[in-house]
Amino acid sequence: MTPLHYYLIVSALLFAIGFAGALTRRNAILVLIGIELMLNAGNLNFIAFWRYGSHPEHHFTGLMFVIFSIAIAAAEAAVGLALIISIYRHYKTTNLDQVNSMQG
Amino acid sequence: MTGILHYLWLIPALPLLAAGILSLTRQPHRRFAATLAIGAMAVAFGLSLLAFFATLHPQGGIEAQHAVRNIPWFEFGATHLRIGWVLDPLTACMLVMVTFVGSLIFIYSVGYMAQDENFTRFFCFLSLFASAMLGLVIANSLLLFFMCWELVGLSSYLLIGFWYHKPSAAAAAKKAFIVTRIGDLGFFLGMLWLYAATGTLLFYDDGKGCLEAAAITKLVAQVTIGGMALSTIISLLIFCGAMGKSGQVPLHVWLPDAMEGPTPVSALIHAATMVAAGVFLVARVYPLMAGDASGASTNSSALTVVTWVGAITAVFAALVAVAQFDIKRILAYSTVSQLGYMMMGIGMGGYAVGMLHLITHAFFKALLFLGAGSVIHACHEEQDIRRMGGLQKHLPVTFATYAVGMMALSGVPLFFSSFWSKDEILHSALSWQPSRGPFYFGIAGAFLTAFYMTRQVWYVFFARKEPHISVPTAHASHPVPVEPHESPSIMTVPLIILAACAVLLSIIATPVWPWFHAYLSGHLEHLQVSFAISSQVLLTMLLSTCIVTAGISLAWWLYAVKPAQKGEEADALEKLQPDVFSLLRDKFLIDEIYEATAVRLNAVCARVSDWLDQFLWGGLIQAVSFLVLGLSWLNRLLDEFVVNLGFDKGCGSLRTSASILSHFQNGQVQRYLKVIGLAMSILALIFIWGRK
Amino acid sequence: MSFPFIITAALMLVSAVAAMSLRNLVHCALCLIVTFAGLAALFLQMNARFVGFAQILVYIGAVAILILFAILLTRSSEMKTGQLRVVPSSWWVGIAVALVTFGSLALAVSSSTLLKHPPSEPGIVTVKQIGFQLMENYVLPLEVIGLLLTAAMIGAALIAMREKQSP
Repeated sequence: MTPLHYYLIVSALLFAIGFAGALTRRNAILVLIGIELMLNAGNLNFIAFWRYGSHPEHHFTGLMFVIFSIAIAAAEAAVGLALIISIYRHYKTTNLDQVNSMQG
Repeated sequence: MTGILHYLWLIPALPLLAAGILSLTRQPHRRFAATLAIGAMAVAFGLSLLAFFATLHPQGGIEAQHAVRNIPWFEFGATHLRIGWVLDPLTACMLVMVTFVGSLIFIYSVGYMAQDENFTRFFCFLSLFASAMLGLVIANSLLLFFMCWELVGLSSYLLIGFWYHKPSAAAAAKKAFIVTRIGDLGFFLGMLWLYAATGTLLFYDDGKGCLEAAAITKLVAQVTIGGMALSTIISLLIFCGAMGKSGQVPLHVWLPDAMEGPTPVSALIHAATMVAAGVFLVARVYPLMAGDASGASTNSSALTVVTWVGAITAVFAALVAVAQFDIKRILAYSTVSQLGYMMMGIGMGGYAVGMLHLITHAFFKALLFLGAGSVIHACHEEQDIRRMGGLQKHLPVTFATYAVGMMALSGVPLFFSSFWSKDEILHSALSWQPSRGPFYFGIAGAFLTAFYMTRQVWYVFFARKEPHISVPTAHASHPVPVEPHESPSIMTVPLIILAACAVLLSIIATPVWPWFHAYLSGHLEHLQVSFAISSQVLLTMLLSTCIVTAGISLAWWLYAVKPAQKGEEADALEKLQPDVFSLLRDKFLIDEIYEATAVRLNAVCARVSDWLDQFLWGGLIQAVSFLVLGLSWLNRLLDEFVVNLGFDKGCGSLRTSASILSHFQNGQVQRYLKVIGLAMSILALIFIWGRK
Repeated sequence: MSFPFIITAALMLVSAVAAMSLRNLVHCALCLIVTFAGLAALFLQMNARFVGFAQILVYIGAVAILILFAILLTRSSEMKTGQLRVVPSSWWVGIAVALVTFGSLALAVSSSTLLKHPPSEPGIVTVKQIGFQLMENYVLPLEVIGLLLTAAMIGAALIAMREKQSP
């Protein structure tokens, strides 16, 4: 069976891809997608560590963490998209370059 | 006794709840408002009856007669404050009286206020008042008593000023509030002093309360200013509060003005219950007043003061009442006078004497006021008795009940309650050791009472002329005479019930008098109905009968037998003694004296303060401000040429560096994210290498 | 290393790269769905059945659809900015930062020697066990999550509501 560190490397790659997307893309929705990918990479890590830890059928912590994390991610996506729609109404754009009212 | 004791708090709580709900109710829900208020009051009456019956069979001796229940309220530091309620005969009979009279007046108000647009607000205030009054009655802590006392004052203020669009009503409400506050100041000081001296404000607390033997003995033993015992001075301060609330001279001025409120309010608050609160207060703290925890009547100096104030008030107010023309004002002054009687009774014969008169008075005075309300209602808000007359044909029920009330107040022998209770006061005055003065005052008061009541009844119901009642109509500017009419049955039925009570009370009052006395003072014996009356009592009764007869017949002769007068013509007394009469009509010029002294003094003080403000303090402040201006000018010079040059340099460099730094804060989230990511990975790398 | 693992991992990573780099936003969202599905497959390979199916339900069924809706709702801006789309000068900075991050993660993974052994037990957890756990040990977090979801739902609805007076 696949050793643990393969999963970890895949997870790290996924994280890096999501991060790169979140850093480079200008569309707010794509930034959100990148963040979702990073979250999923984290979930993959949790599951892998749970599976390869000792007695996975008795120690549930990793599994439970992922379940709650999925629930939170759903909430986060809903709020994030609502924010994006609200921003879009206000600025008539979803381009993050043009949303810079926090500029110092 | 314990069963009802636990639920005693419900008695004030129910009307309070009703008031709370009504304050949120909208105006159109009249039926709901009336039902709720009356229902709460009726339930409270039922509970009070239960409490009353419970006190009839106390277990144990004198200690058990004050059943108390104290609860901690809050604590700060080592001090903790407790409040509670007490159930003893005094509370019980007061509770029954207040709830019974209150319920009847509530019912009457439904009819009287039927046309008023603020109907629910009225019932809200009435319920609030009833709740505060009942709370005051059951309070076992002087603090709780004081709180309820002030609440009672507040609701009285609200109700006097109920028709606040009338300037006179608003002024009367303010006057009532301020004058009673003057008395309450004394009450408050007394309370503080009492707390400082005894460390408790609970009345009864298993031997530790401030009305129990240990505390009283301590207070009597201490001597303060002027060689007076501490208990005396505290009692006198507390009595100040009672004077304000019960309208004793010289703080009586607010009570006649309070008649600006709606008539049921006058009946409930300013005749039957609230003004009796002062008397109740004196009765409650009687052990303190007497300086004797057992409550036996003694001749302490505090009680002497109470007696004399009461006696003077009784005669003074009765004299003023003789010369008034407003139907409600006459009753108001008679209330003041009767309150003086109660004070006198308490001062001379122990609180049982005063309380008996309080209870009988509550019934017939409520009756009289409600009757007056019915008359006013019938005459379309006319209050001047000179414009009335011949009403007995039009208002048969009102007339009959009013006559009962009048005879009860005057003390017509044997069948009317006031005869017995007033007689008891006179009797104790006769046997009072220090002086015979109060006895003569009482006799004079009784004579005057009979006189002015006869005068009033004659004016209202008998005067042989067509009534000059008129209302302005929409079409004609000149008033059109209208026919007076009898009130609806919702108003007359309470009248009949009250009249029946005024008579019935007298029937049971006398033969059982020893029982009532024993009941109140806690030595309950078996009810022994005895008609054996000692010779001294018999003498007093005979004397007062003569006095009353003289009063009534003199009035009748003056007003009725002599030729009938026209409406606006001078009063019969005025013809005899114009100067005296006008002095009486102007209420001994008390209001004017206050105007010339207290109010003018206040105004002068205000003007002096204003002048001081403008010139003395103002000048000082001006000088100071010029000084400050000069200093600041110096400062500015220093600043501009010494400090600022260096500071400006510093500012410039700070600004440059800030503008460089602000490039990082460019509002682009992705740039922030980059920095975060970079920093995180650098941290992780440092961590990994650090582990190696 | 097993064959199914290589296929699913490769598919997932490729579609993730596509989701982050394609120009058409709708295509991006579709690639994202493939990524989520691949991730679910990885979960299932590790016997985490409940989580795998939850991943499919929540991410593919809800989050991806939500993102699609958002894309469709904000489409007009994409059209407008599409014409003057320039590759931002700092894009390589973002890639570099991501690469540094990946490098540090990979370094951490490769430097650890603890967990290179394969699992010994099958490690199958039934839904019943998870249910019991949720109702016993994790009941407080569960309720907190419920509260959070409610708050998020109300908040999202409020935020996305049309402004009363737009400036």
